[in-house]
Amino acid sequence: MSTPTAPAPAKNGTHVDVDDTFAVARSDKPLSPKAPDREAGPSKGDAKDTSAVPGPLHAVPHLSQDMLDAFGREMEAIRKKHVDDLGERDATYIRSVIKAQRRLEIAGRAMLEFAFLPPLWLGGVAALSASKIIDNMEIGHNVMHGQYDWMQDEELNGRTFEWDTACPADQWRHSHNYMHHTHTNIVGKDRDIGYGILRMSEDQPWEPYYLGNPVYATLLALLFEYGVAVHDLETEEIRYGKWDLQARLPMLKAIFDKVKGQALKDYVLFPALAGPFFPATLSANVAANIVRNVWTYSIIFCGHFPDGVEEFTEEETAGETRGGWYVRQLLGSANLTGGPFFHLMSGNLSFQIEHHLFPDIPAHRYAEISVEVKEACERYGLDYHAGPLPWQLFTVFRKIVRLSVPTGAELQDYVERPRTSRLVKTAAGAFRGARGAARGTVGVARGAVEGAVAGARGAVAANAA
Amino acid sequence: MTPPATATPPRPADSDVRAIDSDVRSAVEARPADAKPRPAAPEFDRPAAPESDRRAAPDPARPVETEFVRPAAPRPARRGGLAQRLLGTKVADVLAGPHDVDHYLELLRPDWAVRKIRGEIVDVRHQNADSVTLTLRPTGTWPGFRAGQHVEIAVDVDGVRHRRCYSPSASAHPKSRNIELTVRRHPEGVVSRYLKEHAKVGMFVGLSVPQGEEFVLPETRPRRIVLISGGSGITPVLSMLRTLTDEGHRGEIVFLHYARSAADLLYAGDLHRIATRHPNVQLLRCFTRGDDGELTGRFGLDHLRRALPHDEDAAAFVCGPGGLVEAVRGLWAEEGLRTPLRFEHFAPPVLPDLDPDQLGTVTFTGSGVTAEADGSTLLEQAEQAGLSPTHGCRMGICLTCKCTLQDGKVRDTLNGEIHGTPGEEIRICVSAPVGDVALDL
Repeated sequence: MSTPTAPAPAKNGTHVDVDDTFAVARSDKPLSPKAPDREAGPSKGDAKDTSAVPGPLHAVPHLSQDMLDAFGREMEAIRKKHVDDLGERDATYIRSVIKAQRRLEIAGRAMLEFAFLPPLWLGGVAALSASKIIDNMEIGHNVMHGQYDWMQDEELNGRTFEWDTACPADQWRHSHNYMHHTHTNIVGKDRDIGYGILRMSEDQPWEPYYLGNPVYATLLALLFEYGVAVHDLETEEIRYGKWDLQARLPMLKAIFDKVKGQALKDYVLFPALAGPFFPATLSANVAANIVRNVWTYSIIFCGHFPDGVEEFTEEETAGETRGGWYVRQLLGSANLTGGPFFHLMSGNLSFQIEHHLFPDIPAHRYAEISVEVKEACERYGLDYHAGPLPWQLFTVFRKIVRLSVPTGAELQDYVERPRTSRLVKTAAGAFRGARGAARGTVGVARGAVEGAVAGARGAVAANAA
Repeated sequence: MTPPATATPPRPADSDVRAIDSDVRSAVEARPADAKPRPAAPEFDRPAAPESDRRAAPDPARPVETEFVRPAAPRPARRGGLAQRLLGTKVADVLAGPHDVDHYLELLRPDWAVRKIRGEIVDVRHQNADSVTLTLRPTGTWPGFRAGQHVEIAVDVDGVRHRRCYSPSASAHPKSRNIELTVRRHPEGVVSRYLKEHAKVGMFVGLSVPQGEEFVLPETRPRRIVLISGGSGITPVLSMLRTLTDEGHRGEIVFLHYARSAADLLYAGDLHRIATRHPNVQLLRCFTRGDDGELTGRFGLDHLRRALPHDEDAAAFVCGPGGLVEAVRGLWAEEGLRTPLRFEHFAPPVLPDLDPDQLGTVTFTGSGVTAEADGSTLLEQAEQAGLSPTHGCRMGICLTCKCTLQDGKVRDTLNGEIHGTPGEEIRICVSAPVGDVALDL
């Protein structure tokens, strides 16, 4: 493969590794909109016609490259139809959701100033957590995808929006909009597979660390906003001794500022306004953040990890066309079934398939789009994954538990894998970290001792005088 | 909107013309006919007084004319009560974070604001079938304006926020609190039609800070002021007239206005009242399709002689359609007049016919690099030109590569649609240039 252009410096200058991998994929411009399918004439044959040559995606060998592209064109047509129709209806919808969210938040905060009364504690937590969920999902996530950029409203601009969670919006736009939505479910590229913490795929090689899978998953659910916040730092590389703290300092600073702002607001100022009832308000705010964390975690983990959702390899997607991209988005996502209220509270991420096909179309349209997508899937013989939340969640947790324990073959593979270098690197990384910490501690201690000595000397001198 | 020809004050973030997603229909008219472009460079030597000099003594270079020197003091911002002042504090900011206080005020008290400027429509007057006059009560954040300046108002039409510039026509004198705008309906104007048909008392519109530093009354008022206007170009000069009479200006003011007929004349009653109350105001109405005004015909030397018999210690302003402004400027140059002339005009929309495959030059203004277009996307062209724009997916989904189109049109490579408004944010990975393009990169 030849690389026609030098790999461009990545955002923040901290993702060079990522861009290097992408440069390989980029060299043939497989993801470019000018990929072959655009030049190809309309080859709409019988969709069920099984080609003799198996298609490029292992999950759907019955679809040839031409048919993938034909499917892609159908998706483009659906997209165009909805983009052309954007208008008052979408604006009214998002503005009324924002209004409802503000009302909920104001009501919740007001109730929680009197959180020492149990009914108000409960009501306040319910209102505040609902408000945070809507802010993060139906408003924040969707606005930051640029779904409402066409409205020209600076408050709804995808590139400047900020949300009420620990993750700085800029880092989210990178890790989610680019990394996850471009490389959806490609093991080794999509860091949303396990968030760099969990083992969510058989293709992630087992190692003893993963014995803790269920524990990590539970902790991640409770602290999800912080998990999302540190996601773009790629902390899993610490385990492999590859992590460069220096390069990530600006990101850490941004996260720290964001977390500080939220903590100051939720855990200091609003409780302080309640005066003597500080603890009641504080506990309620903690509870509201945890409710939001667990809920968003549940919805998001059900998007790509339930049984039946496909994963892809870098090899099979190396020469991907836009049609192939569409099919991968479809097969790599799963929907949740439920009523309109459920879809609102999940930010319409319950239509994960439609969201991945059309990430910048206002999410409230996904319900109607899903009818068209399902119909196309039937014609092309493509699976359309969907299930109710409890069942999907159950299959996700079953997978988390199952993958924590190695199968016989995985264990054998682990034992046989040459891993000395990794062990050495990990040990070296740990040693460096420990040395740094020790130096820091020694420095602080020395400073303290010197201070004390100087103080004592001063006191002695003063006494002498 | 045309880029300003002269330095204009930085516009606040909330009045930025934002991108529309490139795939989405082109919602912003290229050059709206009902909007006024920013004033072109004035033929006026005296630089506008710096902000700090506004209340200061008159220009030492000029003889002191105590009678006529009345610095136009900007109206002090309306002081809010304790609650409003508390809302402006840092603590309120943290409590509202990561949003701002205005985000919540909009729901609770839309007539209050901490940073943004909004105006509530308190009166709607239809002077004739073609125009609507709105009176806005601004939030306490409105800093006041100088007569002749314009303001950008933002209204939502069919879900899309549109922004247009209009010149307030009321007095800029501190005693006048409200903003008055007259909007002439244009058959294709999205905003003007919307306001004519839907403006109601109680509605809120977004406001920018007042803009324009050139087409304003000089801080030191000259003896004679000539205000020439045509059609709805009356608004900024009417504001000047009202400001001058409000501050008791005793010098001569000539108000020369062109309209099609007496029925088309805006503010007929107001003009008449001002002229009868103030003997130093000379009203010259000229109807191009009628002879019931003080003058007839089109602007020419005879009209000029009536308005400006002596070419000394005077200042002239003209605002109106292109023809009138050009005629006035032409005559000024022909006669070699020394009286400074400041002008502002409405430009008709210019929409060049573009061949979608037309290739031109791409200018990356941020880095000063230019390249001949070769039909590939702007991102690819930038990379070929040696630039390294931030980007992600290269397929139009992640928006990482969005940057501002400053001039020209682009073709969306996904659907072939041609779009582009100066100031629009475009995804350069799926945009190919059509004709000449300038990009902020």
